[in-house]
Amino acid sequence: MKTAITTIPLSTLGIGSACQIVSLNLQGLLRRRILDLGMVPGTPVRCIRKSPAGDPVAYMVRDTLIALRSEDASQIHVNPM
Amino acid sequence: MNHSATEEHHKLLSEHFGVTTTPGQFTVALAGNPNVGKSTVFNALTGLHQHTGNWPGKTVDNAQGSFTYLDRSFLMVDLPGTYSILAHTVEEQVARDFICFGKPDATLVVLDATCLERNLNLALQVMEITPKAIVCVNLIDEAEKKNIKINIAALEKDLGVPVIATAARSGMGLDALRQKLYEMSIGSCLTTPRQIAYSPEVENAIQQLLPNISRLIGPKLNPRWVALRLLDGDQAFINSITHYLDFDLHLAHLQEVAV
Repeated sequence: MKTAITTIPLSTLGIGSACQIVSLNLQGLLRRRILDLGMVPGTPVRCIRKSPAGDPVAYMVRDTLIALRSEDASQIHVNPM
Repeated sequence: MNHSATEEHHKLLSEHFGVTTTPGQFTVALAGNPNVGKSTVFNALTGLHQHTGNWPGKTVDNAQGSFTYLDRSFLMVDLPGTYSILAHTVEEQVARDFICFGKPDATLVVLDATCLERNLNLALQVMEITPKAIVCVNLIDEAEKKNIKINIAALEKDLGVPVIATAARSGMGLDALRQKLYEMSIGSCLTTPRQIAYSPEVENAIQQLLPNISRLIGPKLNPRWVALRLLDGDQAFINSITHYLDFDLHLAHLQEVAV
């Protein structure tokens, strides 16, 4: 039995909230880059803080702080924890 | 390696990478993520006998230095710090091309002991290219301070290549590192680098490509790795093959193989 999981875009995650990456709807070099930074399906991610304009946003990934543009983060689908 | 092959290799190193080795000197490539103390390892091993130069046609600096161990001379090439060597930036391409085409006698991958998981990505990528890899878990003193314990023996067993813990700043582990670089360079250290198993579709595709790739490039490059890059559609890599191996004639074949 496969249970349906509702995923949200990483960009909608609030500060302090944690999630797990489900899939990356990114192509080419950016996809490769994100994967190289350790953001692969199953990876836990926590939203740490937002810049004054709300974009980019800093995420904690594998003990490293990574800033992502909302545009790119919206293509990363996550499961809130 | 026979005499003419050695000469050809010297020529390739000096023409393409600006690296000049003396006869009998081993080359060691130094790879690692940014800020893992790669340069500290480099300076500790070479005793700061380094001079910097430019990669021809590239704007990325490289540092070279030498050291002698057990009467053998080693030329160490400090590659740009990268998270990956799948070549989407000039730095990554430089690092990848040197490890792949420069054929160093050993490639030392420096990892940060305090964030090992993230750093292992690069180690695995290097191990896909060459079996002559040595992993150096640096900043082991920092990790201890953060109460991170690393089971070096288990890591070595899992990776299938030698793993040495170092704290380059204080000189800890450097002797073991020199010893391992020596063993690797003279060929007395055999490794079984752990290879990533991809999805059945990808593995099938690799198997289909392997015979043709092996026929075309022979022992010059690791055929499995070339297959992966072709499946990746990595045009920059195909360009590099043409550039370093004088492969013009076969380029059409390679692309045929890839389709």
